Amino acid sequence: MKFRSLRQIGFTDYAPISSFFPSSAVAMGAQKKGSSRVTEDAEELARNPLQAILLADSFTTKFRPITLERPKVLLPLVNVPMIDYTLAWLESAGVEEVFIFCCAHSRQVMDYLESSGWHKQPNFTVAMIESNNSISAGDALRLIYERNVIHGDFVLVSGDTVSNMSLTHAVKEHKERRKKDNNAVMTMVIKKSKPSPVIHQSRLGTDELFMAIDPDTKQLLCYEERGEHPRGAISLENSLLADNPSISLHNDKQDCYIDICSQEVLSLFTDNFDYQHLRRHFVKGLLVDDIMGYKIFTHEIHSSYAARIDNYRSYDTISKDIIQRWTYPFVPDVRFSANCTTKLEREGMYKAPEIQQSRSAHIGPFTVIGKGTRIGDDSRITHSVIGEGCTIGSNVSIVGSYIWNNVTIEDGCELRHAIVCDGVIIKAAATLEPGVVLSFKVVIGREFVVPAYSKVSLFQQPTAQDSDEELEYADSSSGAIDPSIADAGNKLNGDIVSESSQIQDWSTSQLGPGGAGFIWSACDGGCEEEWRHSVAPIPTDQLAKALLAIEEDSEIVKVSDSALTPSGELEPGSDDDDSDNMDDSNVDTVDFEKEAEATFLRAAQDNIAVDDLILEMNSLRLSYNKSAGDCTGALFYPMMKLALESPHNTAVELQKNVASVVSKWHKLFEVLAKEVDDQIELIMKFEEMCLESTKEFAPIFSQILYLLYEREIIGEEAILRWDDERKDADESDRVFVKQSEKFIQWLREADEEED
Amino acid sequence: MDFQVVVLAGGTSKELVPLVSKEVPKPLLPVANRPVLSYVLEQLELSNLKDLIVVVEGEDAALRVGGWISGAYVDRLHVEVAAVPEDVGTAGALRAIAHHLTANDILVSIHFSRYHLCMQVVSGDLVSDVPPGAVAAAHRRHDAVVTTMLCSTPISGPAESGSAGAKDKIKKPKRFNIIGLDPTKQFLLYIASGAEVEKDLHIPKSILRAVGQMDIQADLMDAHLYAFKRAVLQEVLEQKPNFHSLRQDVLPYLVRTQLKSEILLNGTPQAEENGHEKFTSRGNQAIISQILANASTPRFHEVYESIHNGSPTAQRTHKCCAYIASNSKYCVRLNSIQAFSDINRDVIGEANHLSGYSFSAHNNIIHPSADLGSKTTVGPHCMLGEGSLMGDKCSVKRSVIGRHCRIGSNVKIVNSVVMDHVTLGDGCSIQGSIVCSNVQIQERVVLRDCQIGAGFVVSAGSEHKGESLARKEK
Repeated sequence: MKFRSLRQIGFTDYAPISSFFPSSAVAMGAQKKGSSRVTEDAEELARNPLQAILLADSFTTKFRPITLERPKVLLPLVNVPMIDYTLAWLESAGVEEVFIFCCAHSRQVMDYLESSGWHKQPNFTVAMIESNNSISAGDALRLIYERNVIHGDFVLVSGDTVSNMSLTHAVKEHKERRKKDNNAVMTMVIKKSKPSPVIHQSRLGTDELFMAIDPDTKQLLCYEERGEHPRGAISLENSLLADNPSISLHNDKQDCYIDICSQEVLSLFTDNFDYQHLRRHFVKGLLVDDIMGYKIFTHEIHSSYAARIDNYRSYDTISKDIIQRWTYPFVPDVRFSANCTTKLEREGMYKAPEIQQSRSAHIGPFTVIGKGTRIGDDSRITHSVIGEGCTIGSNVSIVGSYIWNNVTIEDGCELRHAIVCDGVIIKAAATLEPGVVLSFKVVIGREFVVPAYSKVSLFQQPTAQDSDEELEYADSSSGAIDPSIADAGNKLNGDIVSESSQIQDWSTSQLGPGGAGFIWSACDGGCEEEWRHSVAPIPTDQLAKALLAIEEDSEIVKVSDSALTPSGELEPGSDDDDSDNMDDSNVDTVDFEKEAEATFLRAAQDNIAVDDLILEMNSLRLSYNKSAGDCTGALFYPMMKLALESPHNTAVELQKNVASVVSKWHKLFEVLAKEVDDQIELIMKFEEMCLESTKEFAPIFSQILYLLYEREIIGEEAILRWDDERKDADESDRVFVKQSEKFIQWLREADEEED
Repeated sequence: MDFQVVVLAGGTSKELVPLVSKEVPKPLLPVANRPVLSYVLEQLELSNLKDLIVVVEGEDAALRVGGWISGAYVDRLHVEVAAVPEDVGTAGALRAIAHHLTANDILVSIHFSRYHLCMQVVSGDLVSDVPPGAVAAAHRRHDAVVTTMLCSTPISGPAESGSAGAKDKIKKPKRFNIIGLDPTKQFLLYIASGAEVEKDLHIPKSILRAVGQMDIQADLMDAHLYAFKRAVLQEVLEQKPNFHSLRQDVLPYLVRTQLKSEILLNGTPQAEENGHEKFTSRGNQAIISQILANASTPRFHEVYESIHNGSPTAQRTHKCCAYIASNSKYCVRLNSIQAFSDINRDVIGEANHLSGYSFSAHNNIIHPSADLGSKTTVGPHCMLGEGSLMGDKCSVKRSVIGRHCRIGSNVKIVNSVVMDHVTLGDGCSIQGSIVCSNVQIQERVVLRDCQIGAGFVVSAGSEHKGESLARKEK
């Protein structure tokens, strides 16, 4: 951060001022710490073009195996590459400068952009930033920071965003907040969308999200994705409530992954080199860190559309949204990129020109048919997208599927909720079950049934180690492989025979007679979760299972609840820590008393000299951190017990026993119980013993008290004070005071006489 | 309305010693010369809730309260006074009077216990908007199991508002509860009270999923006015014998289990409980389409139920509602000595519409039978009760003086409460103090921030500051 601003000062203060030349637009943009701030702010708004960073790499593997051959941003979404939606939106939203960061398949992205018209747009510059070794969004942003191309607030999106929201309002809000609070570094765009309470995921297939937002300032206070914490409860720190009288907890919002960031965001990524993921690391990091005090705010959109294609399910959902025109003006019949003109017909059917359609073919609602596609007799197509130049035979049934370009589907095939990439050939009477993904140029043999949720590619599935190391594409770690695959793709173009001989002998194919490709096995542990992220609708039995799971879940919550608070509620003022400490000291005391008793008995048995015992007791006392009072109390009990254990028949004999024991050990107490308080403690201890453990002493309490007085173990003052203390006590506590009334009386009189 | 109201009026509260005694239990403590209970009873009368049970701790106290009520409200309200042993807690008190609860449907209980004497008063002009009635109405409207009234936390807690100063402004407002509400602010989703308030929050995700958005507020507090469904309350009290308090056990329990109700709701309320639509007629298909479409209807409880109707074990829910008293309403709990003097000051001052008296042009109330000596001034926001006599050259500011007091000459009374039958000698100065009934204060006594218990005699010429004086109870 500091480093960044220093550099800026260096840049602006020296270069333009010393040279006295009007600086270039870029240099002016960077000139933040000038002489007069007020005018500069206004000027900055006027001068600084709105910049955007578009990450053309998702750094995930969710679209594998398709993304082995083509970057995600170039995958067609309703027959238009995803990146076109993002770029068209950015342009319409007033962004003037876009930096496209690409890593995997960067060549393909660059080639596409060259060929498309984005470079020729007026007031809209597109610049590429290429990297070969970035493995996360964090790496990407660090690289962009090094390039020093961002000069103000910028919009951070990924290349798979579909939106039609207006950025002006959000950017203005962000800038105004920045003026007031320099720590407001980021504004996140969110949208209302309630995840299903049953399967805990949104309609986009993303995991449910819990956010805490300050309802007044819209500051983001907590961001929790599913799975970060054990289920059950979401915990908020108490300090959050101390600062905000009210907090809104949301489960009904969706993160659009559109962020309006200040320049600091880039430098923050550089400062914290371990930040990788935008949300999991960066957002969480800022929320947790209260030293720097950076804040993240949210901007909620209500009427406009914003969503990100995160997985196959969101691909399906967003395609439907586009067909149903939620994303207007980015719909198939409006020309917003290099796409060709498509006509909208009734029931949400879009048809491009040059379609050859058999009369008996039935095309159902919400279907898009690309240019030059031929459809045979009696074929039925509903809720699907068919790309350009496809050949569909007769008696084919296609429901809810996405067929890309140049696909051949022979007669009698049945496709339900599948994604079929470019150049695939599905031979006659084959069946694709729901959730199937066929990657580029796969051939499905005759009458072959592709099982549900299987993913088929010409490339072999990378081994587990590979996928661990490299996040997105098999080729992302080394640039060398990338072209080879692209080459392979190019060579394969339209020529299946040469391809199959070149790469693999498909005679023993897993895909039926004449098939080509590998069926990928589901990645570890992801098997039962396949249905979550596939294009197919969620099967009913999974829903039922999920329902059961919820019930078990809430059962667990309940159990843990009751375990926590047996009476159902915490007692006010009860504090766990307190009670813990109490327990601790209790254990200590018991230990100490045992130890002291053992020491004393050993001394009594072995006839150890009193002085030695005193020494031993002192060290014991210190090691347990006890007062002398505790010590005398702990010693008094075994001493009296010793007296009790020696044979006696009458109270008088017992008294004699006590006298002998006391005379033997009185020195111990003289040393240890010097203070009046300790002596009182001793009396109380004796009282307690008479009442509880050694009732034999009860009748001769006063005699023993006198004995102790005589032996100078207990002083006159202690006895008198003990008497005073017991004056207001209950009758039951005063039994022994009464018993020794005469003795106390005598003491008092003696006292007065002395006076 | 077949609401039955239970007023838990408490007994002799330790917090209010020496103001309360065996002779004057807490419900009869005078606020602006009327027992505090009368404020509640009158609000209930205004809401047309006339079937009451007043629960008092201790037989003696119950007798006294009963005596007062039968005298004051003989033909206006139908009041039963029930005595419960002390220290049974609010839940215990309700358990003890369970056989009195007959109203088939619902029961409003005004919580008035030994910890929190809830004095709950409202601007009198809007009858339909008066909380006891409004709480009852909200309760009925949603067919809730429990409805609780919430009011905003006083800016500085009632306990320290008297010692207002620069310090208090810096201090953050005291928090009593942390409350989670749905966005329409009608349903109570989460409540933390007592020691939990200072801990980290743990909010069950299940309820958050069901409702989507929860507003957590720390600036509201539980005003201790609840409406319960009788059958539910009695069942909970029976099933959970260790529940001691409504506030700390019963309410949080009901809130916590609202999506997975353990209450069987057998007997008559069953029919009504089944009344709200459960979408049973719809098939599995409809339910799934609803899930996929993320349908959200305002009544999340029903949605939640409907989702679960598809599963083998249907989930039962119950509703916990909240009624939030608007800020303009006056709502303070009488739970400390400081609160007592604050309430007295407010009732004759800012919130004077509550007292039910008409104020004179000088913004004060002097009973016609009161007799003032020459050159004696009674300032604004003061009250002088029936038959009180004041000597010459006295000055009274922001204070309440009870009935039949005899006040000598040259007496100064500022910011104080003087109850009935008090005798004040000449030249006394009383500031910020509370003087209970039958106290005799002799000449030239200076009292500052003191509480004098009933029947005490303060000897001539003594000075006291910040003391609490009372006769020793035998």
